[in-house]
Amino acid sequence: MIRTITYREAINEAMAQEMRRDPSVFVYGIDVADHKRIFGSSKNLVEEFGKDRCFSTPLSEDAMTGFGLGAALNGMRPVHVHMRVDFMLLAMNQLTNMIASYHYGTCGAFKIPMVIRAIIGRGWGQSWQHSKTLHSWFAHVPGLKVVMPSTPKDAKGMLISAIRDDNPVVFIEHRWLYDVIGEIDEKTDSLSLEGCQVLREGDDVTVVGVSWMNVEAVKAAEVMKKRGINIEVIDVRSISPFDHTTVIDSVKKTGHLIIGDYDWIHCGFGAEVATRVYDSCMKELKTPIIRLGFANAHCPCTRPLENEYYPNAINIIRAVEEKMKLPEADLSGEEFYSYEKKFKGPF
Amino acid sequence: MKSLNVELYRKMYLIRRAEEKIREHYLEDEMKTPMHMSMGEEAIAAGVCGALKSEDQILGTYRSHGIYLAKTMETDNFFAEMYGKITGTSKGKAGSMHLMSPEAGLICTSAIVGSHIPVSVGAAFANKLTGNKKVVAVFFGDGAIDEGVFWESLNFACLKKLPVIFICEDNGLAVHVPADERHGYKSIADIVRKFDCNVFESDSTDVEVIYNLTQDALKMMQKNGSPCFMYLKYYRYLEHVGVFEDFKAGYRSREEFDVWFKRDPVHFQRKKILQTLSENELLELEEAIDKQIENSLLFAQKSPLPEYTLAYEDVYA
Repeated sequence: MIRTITYREAINEAMAQEMRRDPSVFVYGIDVADHKRIFGSSKNLVEEFGKDRCFSTPLSEDAMTGFGLGAALNGMRPVHVHMRVDFMLLAMNQLTNMIASYHYGTCGAFKIPMVIRAIIGRGWGQSWQHSKTLHSWFAHVPGLKVVMPSTPKDAKGMLISAIRDDNPVVFIEHRWLYDVIGEIDEKTDSLSLEGCQVLREGDDVTVVGVSWMNVEAVKAAEVMKKRGINIEVIDVRSISPFDHTTVIDSVKKTGHLIIGDYDWIHCGFGAEVATRVYDSCMKELKTPIIRLGFANAHCPCTRPLENEYYPNAINIIRAVEEKMKLPEADLSGEEFYSYEKKFKGPF
Repeated sequence: MKSLNVELYRKMYLIRRAEEKIREHYLEDEMKTPMHMSMGEEAIAAGVCGALKSEDQILGTYRSHGIYLAKTMETDNFFAEMYGKITGTSKGKAGSMHLMSPEAGLICTSAIVGSHIPVSVGAAFANKLTGNKKVVAVFFGDGAIDEGVFWESLNFACLKKLPVIFICEDNGLAVHVPADERHGYKSIADIVRKFDCNVFESDSTDVEVIYNLTQDALKMMQKNGSPCFMYLKYYRYLEHVGVFEDFKAGYRSREEFDVWFKRDPVHFQRKKILQTLSENELLELEEAIDKQIENSLLFAQKSPLPEYTLAYEDVYA
C-alpha cells in the first residue's frame, strides 16, 4: 500500500522500527528526549524504549562521540544525534582519529556500527554557526560513509540501512526537508547506501543535486519544462562511497552538467563530481561544468543576505540558460522556496 | 600470597626485559615505529592488570607496552608488530602505539592523548546494559586530564554510574612539561572526589600495593555502582619517545631519577619474593621469560613483511 509521509515521520519510523527489531540499537544526543524531540524525529522513542535506549546527554559532543565508539565496539548500535552539523566540529577528533580508523587499525577485529545523524540548519536567522553542511570534510576521511537523503522514502530506507550497516555512517538531514511530503510503500525497508537516484528524467541538461538542492533542482526543472528544456535531476544521496555511474550515464546523454552542491564550492564535493566526469567522459561534454554552492562567505543572519548566500532554483535556471544559450527568462511569476513557508521560527 | 607475588613479578620482569630487548635492537633501525617506553611504570601495569579478571577490558595510550604485556603475557605478536611484520598484533599496520589483543581484553591503545577515555565509558555502558559484569579500565597519563574530554567522560560515567576505572598514571610530565606549568590546582584527586566517584591514590612502586588498591576499587564499584578514579604516581625512566635517557636535556635531573630508582618496582618485588622463593627458583623463572623474549625476537625478525595489498584492506567492514 502506498501512503504519504513527511521526512520527519520517515526518520522517526525508521528509528522506532530498528529499535523494535534490534535491542542493541539506542539513540542519544543533546535534547534527544526533551519535549521537542529533535524537531519531532525522536517522538515517542523514550516512551516506547525507555531511558536506557533513548536519552539526552550533557553538552559533551567530543566525549559522547567517543562514548558511541566504545558502545559500538562492544556490540551496540548507537545512533548519535546532533541538532546541527556545526556541533560535530567539537567531535572531529573522535570521528576522524578514532571512529574512522578503528576497523582498519584493528584489522577488522572491531566493527563500528554507529550512526551519526546531523541536521543542517537554515532559515529564520541561523547565521554562521548553525548552518553548516561539511559533507566534503566527512567524505574526505576513509572509513566513514556519508549519506544525505532528500526524500522521505530515502530517509527511511537509508536510515534503516545505516543502522544495520557495520560501518560508521554520517547521516545528514536538512532542516527544511523535514516538511517534505513523499510517497512511501508500506513495505519500504532498507535501501542501499550506495548509488544515485534519478529524481526526474530529461535529455537536455544534467543537474546533480545534494540534499536540499534537489528540491531546488526539481523546481528549476518544472520551470524549464515550460520552455521545452528537459532537465535530468540526479540526487547524489551517497557522498561516500560515491558511485558516479548514474551521473556519467546522464552526462553522456545530455552533454551538459550543472552540479548543485550544498556547501562551499572551494575544495568541495562538486570538484569530486566534476573530476569523475572529466575522467570518464570529458569529450562528451558540450559545455564546461558549472558548479553551484554556498557563497564564499559565512552564512549571514538577515533574510535577504541569507537568500543571496544559498544557491537556489533561479541559479540553476540561469546556469541552464547559459548552457543552452537562451535569454534570461522573466521569473517574476514563478513561486520559489515552497517549503520555506512551512518553516516558522522561533525555535 | 606467594603465588600472587610471583605472578606479579613475572608480569613486571617480562615488561622490563622486553623493553630492554627493544633498547638493545632499536638502533638497528628494523623496528621502525616510535617507542614510548613503559620503564618505571611496571608496578601499575602489572598490579592493575593482575587484579582485573581476564575477561575485563582495558584501553591504553601510545605508552602501553606495559599493559599489553601484563594483560597478555605474550611476546610473539608484540615483537612482530614492532618489526611491522604480518604476524604482528595488527599485521604491522599499527606499530608500538596501537597495540591490541581483543581476546585477552586489551581493546586497543591510542596515540591521541585522552582519546580512549570516552571510549572506555561507552564500552562500560554496553557492558552494563548487557549485564555481562565486565569492568573496563582505561589508562592515561596526567597530560590527559588537561584535555576537556577527560572531564566530559568522567562526568558522564559518574552520572550514569558506569563500571569503569579511570587510571591516571602521573609521571609528572606531559611530554616534557611539568605539572606545575600546566595545572591551576594542587590535587586532581581532590577535584575528582567532588564527583560521584570512588577515588584512590598511591605513589607506591610496590606492585602488591597497586594490586590491593585495584581490588579495593573493584569492590567499592560493586558496592556503590560508581566509577573509580585511581591516581597513581610513577617515574618515567626514559625520554618521552625513544629508547634513551634524557637527563641532559635540562627539564629534569638524574637526581630525581635516582630517588625513584632506589625503589624501582622490579627490583623491589624481586627482593620481596626472594623471601619465599629460592634464588634458583627465581633464576629459573627469569630464564624462562628471557628465553620467551629471545624466541619472540627471532620469530619477529624471521616473519615476513605484509603484502602491499594489506594497505587497502579493512577500510570498511
